[in-house]
Amino acid sequence: MKRLIPYLVLIMALAVIGKALRPPKAGDFDLSSFNRLPVLEGGRVKPLDTVARTSLLIIRGKQQVWIPEENPPPPSGIAKVLDVFGFKMPSGRMVTADRWLADVLFKPEAADTYPVFAVTNPELLGMLGWPQADKRYCTYNELRPHLAKIEEERQLTNEVDSKERTAFQSAIVNLFNSLILYQQLKNSVHEEGTADFGKEIHEYAQIVAAAAAAKQPGATPLPNDQMNRLKTIVARYERQAGFARLSMAVPPAGSKIDDWATTGSALMRVPGPEAITASLDAYADLGDAFRAGDAAKFLKVSREYAGWVAVEHPEWNVRTGFEMRFNQMQPFYVGMELYIGAFLLAIGSWLFLPKELRRAAFMVLVIAFAVHTFGLISRMWLQGRPPVTNLYSSAILVGWGAVFIAMFLEWFFRYGVALATAGLVGFVTLIIAHHLGTSGDTMEMMQAVLDHNIWLATHVVVITLGYSAMFLAGVLAVAYVILGLFTRMLTKEVAKILTGMVYGVVCFGTLFSFVGTVLGGIWGDQSWGRFWGWDPKENGALLIVIWCAIILHARWGGFIRQRGLMAMAIFGNAITAFSWFGVNMLGVGLHSYGFMEKAFPWLIGFVISQVVLILLAQIPLEKWRSFAKA
Amino acid sequence: MMNPLKQLLATLASLRLTIFCLSAGMVLVFAGTIAQRTMDIYIVQTQYFQSWVVWWQSAPGSFRIPMFPGGHAIGAVLLTNLIAAFIVRFKWNLSKIGIHLTHLGLIIMLGGGLATDLFSVTSFMRLMEGETKNYSEDAKQMELAIIDPSDAEMDAVTTIPGSRLAKGGEITHPSLPFRLVVRGFYQNSELAMIGEGAPNAVPASNKGTGSRVSVAARPPATAVDQRDVMSAVLEVFPAKGGDSLGTWLVSDELAVAQEVPFEGKTWTFQLRARRHYKPYSLTLEDFSHTVYPGSQIPKDFSSHVTLDDPTIGDRRPVRIYMNHPLRHQGDTYYQSSFMQQGNGTILQVVRNPSYAAPYVACVVVTVGMIWQFMFHLVRFIARRSAQLAKS
Repeated sequence: MKRLIPYLVLIMALAVIGKALRPPKAGDFDLSSFNRLPVLEGGRVKPLDTVARTSLLIIRGKQQVWIPEENPPPPSGIAKVLDVFGFKMPSGRMVTADRWLADVLFKPEAADTYPVFAVTNPELLGMLGWPQADKRYCTYNELRPHLAKIEEERQLTNEVDSKERTAFQSAIVNLFNSLILYQQLKNSVHEEGTADFGKEIHEYAQIVAAAAAAKQPGATPLPNDQMNRLKTIVARYERQAGFARLSMAVPPAGSKIDDWATTGSALMRVPGPEAITASLDAYADLGDAFRAGDAAKFLKVSREYAGWVAVEHPEWNVRTGFEMRFNQMQPFYVGMELYIGAFLLAIGSWLFLPKELRRAAFMVLVIAFAVHTFGLISRMWLQGRPPVTNLYSSAILVGWGAVFIAMFLEWFFRYGVALATAGLVGFVTLIIAHHLGTSGDTMEMMQAVLDHNIWLATHVVVITLGYSAMFLAGVLAVAYVILGLFTRMLTKEVAKILTGMVYGVVCFGTLFSFVGTVLGGIWGDQSWGRFWGWDPKENGALLIVIWCAIILHARWGGFIRQRGLMAMAIFGNAITAFSWFGVNMLGVGLHSYGFMEKAFPWLIGFVISQVVLILLAQIPLEKWRSFAKA
Repeated sequence: MMNPLKQLLATLASLRLTIFCLSAGMVLVFAGTIAQRTMDIYIVQTQYFQSWVVWWQSAPGSFRIPMFPGGHAIGAVLLTNLIAAFIVRFKWNLSKIGIHLTHLGLIIMLGGGLATDLFSVTSFMRLMEGETKNYSEDAKQMELAIIDPSDAEMDAVTTIPGSRLAKGGEITHPSLPFRLVVRGFYQNSELAMIGEGAPNAVPASNKGTGSRVSVAARPPATAVDQRDVMSAVLEVFPAKGGDSLGTWLVSDELAVAQEVPFEGKTWTFQLRARRHYKPYSLTLEDFSHTVYPGSQIPKDFSSHVTLDDPTIGDRRPVRIYMNHPLRHQGDTYYQSSFMQQGNGTILQVVRNPSYAAPYVACVVVTVGMIWQFMFHLVRFIARRSAQLAKS
């Protein structure tokens, strides 16, 4: 019976993956074909599914909208029982990102009633004249009367450096940017308020053709009412071309990426019947079907248009289709679940069934790592780039590298310590990645200076793997302190093995941090004319290298032993976190492309926690449970 | 009784000294990073890293207290420590060869870094489309150019370094028929037109633009993206002796050269960025700047220039863009920035005689570290696999 445990666990792990592979449930509209339609946004061709998720993430901070019931019905069933004990079951419905986007594009008056704009700043709530609440999402309609005031406040923040902004000013800037994004989306298919887009574009084409005919010698000039009508329409397309968020008009086969156009500019580019391409007709029909509530027609049109794209642009079609599936699967979320499972199983193996649970944990870890690797490679393929292009992807690679090294260690030392560490580090780094990914598209295009695959592939990857090693060494050292202080598990043998692991991983970290830093220097010499410029990010990398050198020399000189090594490795966590995030928070320097403000308290908290652990490690050994005389 | 020289060498080579230097280095790097939040990176570099001592000063010009050893001090001690350790501990041994290579590489790196700090020169070349230049302008140093334009073919230019003006006093030069007396010098300054807004303002000088402009001293610029505006007020006397010709204001902020008439000629004075002349010239044919479609994210900046070097008979078109600098005659040209209207480029020009040192050092250290790491890793795997197989 006991021998079956690993296999049961294996089946459960596979079930977690199976659940992720299942296509999402369709609501009143089947959006499966709509979601994969390609558009150009931010310099990249992506499926509407990605646009929906990233836009909603920027505006609301989540990938769904929760719409609370206006007048909740009286509780019944379990809710009634819970109500007696003071628990309120939330009543309302969840709207997925794709459905929200369909509303925004085709039925903005409905989208205007969704509570999507996060307004939490008390001062901002005060300005809007709303009672202060813990967390509030408001609708566009609720914000509509305050738009002028918000814009005015936004103008005022222009004079303030982004580093110096108050919480209120940051909140204003964020809200303003969300509103702009929302309005740009609403105007992406056609200008908001266009009565019948499909009819209008054909009318436009006819008038243009008539105007061309009227120019022929001897022809009667275009009647005034037609001329005025044309002027109105063209003005509308001009406005829309300048304001639309998405370039939705797919260019003909064989075109370059620069040929993508907003619907407005596509219509003005080749005035006449030729302007009306498959994209324009399809989106016009989709809008009609959606507004009419005709789910069958909506599905048919989206399928036909997706089929047209597949024939015309097989390359883009494959990518957008895969990206949509990738979004739905959320491999890093699945990885997170599996990593925490592996961690708990490894912990469990120390309490009971050591052999079976350790095996099960190792299997789950391998599966988690496979899913993680799949996600990593998928992103590389979709972007056509090395794995690290921004802070978000660096977190994914930091976790990947740490888990990889830990798996190697577990293979050679089958004690479950490296296993638990791997599960924990994998889980935590993916959570960090999740929080870094809330600022929009994580596969955005790169600044010119960074746009260089050789250096991205070498310098950035090597540096990031150096972080992996430093964190792994640090967490193994934390395991040493916790196990030693609070349990009896840190036997002499385990302590010796952990010491060997930490030392070896620090050596690995030294190698990678040094080589990565030096490659960065060479990149700097190639692009800015100096090998070393004392820029914050360079300094951060240098701090890691120096700290590694101090650890290694202190050990060679016999100045530190087991506990000293552990304490120093734990401090390595703090230094690596500073190098990874802290320098970005300074908001200066050539490397500060991934600026982030909210994480600062977390960084400080993390550093304090590491200092506490170092202090704990200083408690005299006889007080440690593992070393206390029984 | 130990040989005192050996004893000294042993002390210099000690691991304690290594750890002390590395720790001090960490503190310095950390402080120098945090300082960049408020100070310009160039000032941090000179105060923290390219200095012997980091000083604390309550206000510019007041007394100062030494706070911490500077980058040069720590680097020099570390370099001594490394060399001493190399002499004391060097053993020809397969398991140590990686360590030796690593440390040898570090010696090259630290030495090269010091040489770069001492000898490298950074300047900028600003070119409008169609413009040709055979000089670059220094990023920090200024010079006073005194031009005798009387020869129709060629200007006779005499330059006086800004640092000489800062010393004050009297300046004479055989090529000048007059002598200059520095009446005012401002490392950083602000000029203001004298007008209705400021009725009590005092003219900076009695001749030239300075008679309509007042000058006020400013504390040295420390903030990011700010630079000093150097100004000076000069009184001109005939070299042979005689009465003052008047005072003139020269300033980095004055675009117009100041005219000084003397003995039938009109000399021009201009305080400008120090020029580094080259034996070759660059012409900007075109500057292009593209963004990703449907976004504001910059994709590429390129300067298409023609390099013309008559000294070696080399004339060719070159594209200078991100990560692809032009290297010619010891100078390296990088795409640095561009003019607001997008019709001109700003190239950063670096002359660094020891630019190869870090490359050599990197290769040596990396080979050493990989050797050492792999040596132990392979030995570990072999040993541990044998143990696992046994149990």
